[in-house]
Amino acid sequence: MAAFYSKALNLKAFRAVQSHLRLFCDAPKFPGAKTTWTQTLKISEAKQEDNLPVYRVLDKQGVVIDSSHEPKLSSEVLRKMYKSMTLLNQMDNILYESQRQGRISFYMTNYGEEAVQIGSIAALNNDDLVFAQYREAGVLVYRGAPIDFFMNQCYGNNLDVGRGKQMPVHYGNKDLHFVTLSSPLTTQLPQASGAAYAFKRAKNGKVVITYFGDGAASEGDFHAALNFAATLECPVIFFCRNNGYAISTPTHEQYRGDGIASRAPGYGMGAIRCDGNDLLAVYNTVKLARKYCSENNKPILVEAMTYRVGHHSTSDDSTAYRPKEEISMWSTESPVGKFRRYLETKGLWSEEEEKSWAKDVRKQILDAFNKAEKVPKPAWKEMFEGVYKDLTPALKEQVKEMESHLKSYGAHYPLDNFK
Amino acid sequence: MARAITRKFYFLLSRPQFARHAVSARAIHFVYQPDTAKPPVSGETIKQNMFMAINSAIHSALEKDDSAIIFGEDVAFGGVFRCTLGLKDKFGADRVFNTPLCEQGIAGFGIGAAAAGATAIAEMQFADYMFPAFDQIVNEAAKYRYRSGGLFDCGKLTIRSPCSAVGHGAVYHSQSPEAYFAHTPGLKVVVPRGPIAAKGLLLSCIRDPDPCIFLEPKVLYRTAEEMVPKTEYFIPLGKAQVLTPGNQVTLVGWGTQVHVLLEVAKMAKEQLKVSCEVIDLQTILPWDKDTVCQSVKKTGRVIVAHEAPLTCGFGAELAATIQQECFLNLEAPVTRVTGFDTPFPHIFEPFYLPTKWRCLEAVKKIVNF
Repeated sequence: MAAFYSKALNLKAFRAVQSHLRLFCDAPKFPGAKTTWTQTLKISEAKQEDNLPVYRVLDKQGVVIDSSHEPKLSSEVLRKMYKSMTLLNQMDNILYESQRQGRISFYMTNYGEEAVQIGSIAALNNDDLVFAQYREAGVLVYRGAPIDFFMNQCYGNNLDVGRGKQMPVHYGNKDLHFVTLSSPLTTQLPQASGAAYAFKRAKNGKVVITYFGDGAASEGDFHAALNFAATLECPVIFFCRNNGYAISTPTHEQYRGDGIASRAPGYGMGAIRCDGNDLLAVYNTVKLARKYCSENNKPILVEAMTYRVGHHSTSDDSTAYRPKEEISMWSTESPVGKFRRYLETKGLWSEEEEKSWAKDVRKQILDAFNKAEKVPKPAWKEMFEGVYKDLTPALKEQVKEMESHLKSYGAHYPLDNFK
Repeated sequence: MARAITRKFYFLLSRPQFARHAVSARAIHFVYQPDTAKPPVSGETIKQNMFMAINSAIHSALEKDDSAIIFGEDVAFGGVFRCTLGLKDKFGADRVFNTPLCEQGIAGFGIGAAAAGATAIAEMQFADYMFPAFDQIVNEAAKYRYRSGGLFDCGKLTIRSPCSAVGHGAVYHSQSPEAYFAHTPGLKVVVPRGPIAAKGLLLSCIRDPDPCIFLEPKVLYRTAEEMVPKTEYFIPLGKAQVLTPGNQVTLVGWGTQVHVLLEVAKMAKEQLKVSCEVIDLQTILPWDKDTVCQSVKKTGRVIVAHEAPLTCGFGAELAATIQQECFLNLEAPVTRVTGFDTPFPHIFEPFYLPTKWRCLEAVKKIVNF
């Protein structure tokens, strides 16, 4: 009898083990995915309740919601952040106007995205490499680019480090580790992946951050960049400024998924979505993102939700495609104002200082502006430089040709404005 | 052990029974003419075909430069044309690696790595597939230094890609896209004619401070064999090479077409008693105007031949410049013998290419102009 029962028990145990083994060993063995079987047929669809929430530290009034999330920043740093945001605003005011007056050919403002730019760059090391799109001048402001730097580039004068080669706002600064911008969108993303890979191999401890907008994220280069960064394990932060518009195209015409952050799992990457109008949230987010990238040598996708208060550029009048009320609502919700209230509650800023700083910074900007306007453009021969490291025989001949032409027809060219 | 197996593999490939199969189903239109002149550098040589010579060049670059990396589709196991065979085992998976299947990614990644200080050698599996990367190559790589006022550059980038007719490649495995890239200031475009040239030119491209596109005529990978110097050597970019001196007609070509022209020169001598000077352009951009024009001023007659279609093929640039510089020396209009203005066809390849017969006929016409 005992023998019978022990046999039965053994059989049950055996069956249990067998069924566990089946579950374990019977998993699909396809090389393409690591997953389980199902006998249920259904369409897998994303639900809105699963949308990634927006991380914030400050509420609408600029009050810290959870003090454990308040970053421990020194008063110097906090004031530098605020001053950078306001300097950026003032510079935008003056340069936008100067385009309207025909003094520079083109400009793009940063209104509404001050916290996105300054909050993110403040969380990185000074030598982390930046690949930007075009609405990130605040990154350079925070890193210490003098006002002259911006003015000279916009005027394309002889002091422009870019040597007058590109339209205004196409900044580049080697000392500040900011790769020169280009107009084609999103091309910087796979480049950022490559640079990060090179840094990883060089073991120099640097990470790369690359900025792009909600529209730019539709380009093929976005897909290429994230897929490469994930498969090749590159320490790069993909930072999306989701500001609601790509010129006139609103986000609901740009994508159907849950913003940009939701694409990360598709690449096997992590993502964080934050309130781009909350400087402290952006700061904390990028601080964590940098730690993650640098410790794991893996990429990460950050999506900062914000709003483009200004027009796309001086060639755009956004009232043509969005209501004035929408613009003024977001203008009032200003990240600069929110951060200012936060500083004031900490006793780090005041109405008095606001007035004197505004006056001071406006003067600084106007001085730099007037100075830059008077600097001549680079010598016309520089047009031929930088195509290659050295001029080719063909280019040398073309220089001679133009030289000879100018000897006879120079009066018809604006030579007086050039060095 | 690996080397013994590899040698056996190459040995088998060279056996006549394989060659016979190759000729019957996949005819090629030329006879390879190995370099017999003094090699570019003295020292021990080794018999290599073009993919082996390219492999040597890449090996040398990776050995001498710790920052050097080579990547692209299927590069890790050796590459679909064996150009990267054995390199991953020798230099490690972080330096010789596969990328996802995405040419715009390969180009962008390469540009970024180069800009960040790494010597980046990017492989595009076929030149026919370079076009998704066109924006990165033309709008970014070519303009990186210029647009930044010299602050940034991607000179450490070399893009290499198999190109041109292979006998059966048809529309998407036979293209010669040099003209598209030659139209882009800021790039250098190079096409070797054989193993010795390939090794020296590729090493120059890798070392060159500007982004280079190295187009490798794929039919030459196995067909072309030469005694290649074992050591590292550099053939200067921007310099054409006169292969066969002559004084009646100048024949200009690059890549595979050089061998067609060498044969045409022989045939012209024997059948027409015409002395032809054959020039291998080697670098398409920047091209060696002086060597070509010097020859044309001597002969007064010039034929440019290339596989790529006629209209706006690189021959058009040569023709325009030659007639500009050598107008008074010309005895006949500049002639181009090229692929027709059609996409590259499959079954009609023998009719499409600028064959030795079409070139010979052009020689006959030009001397009788």
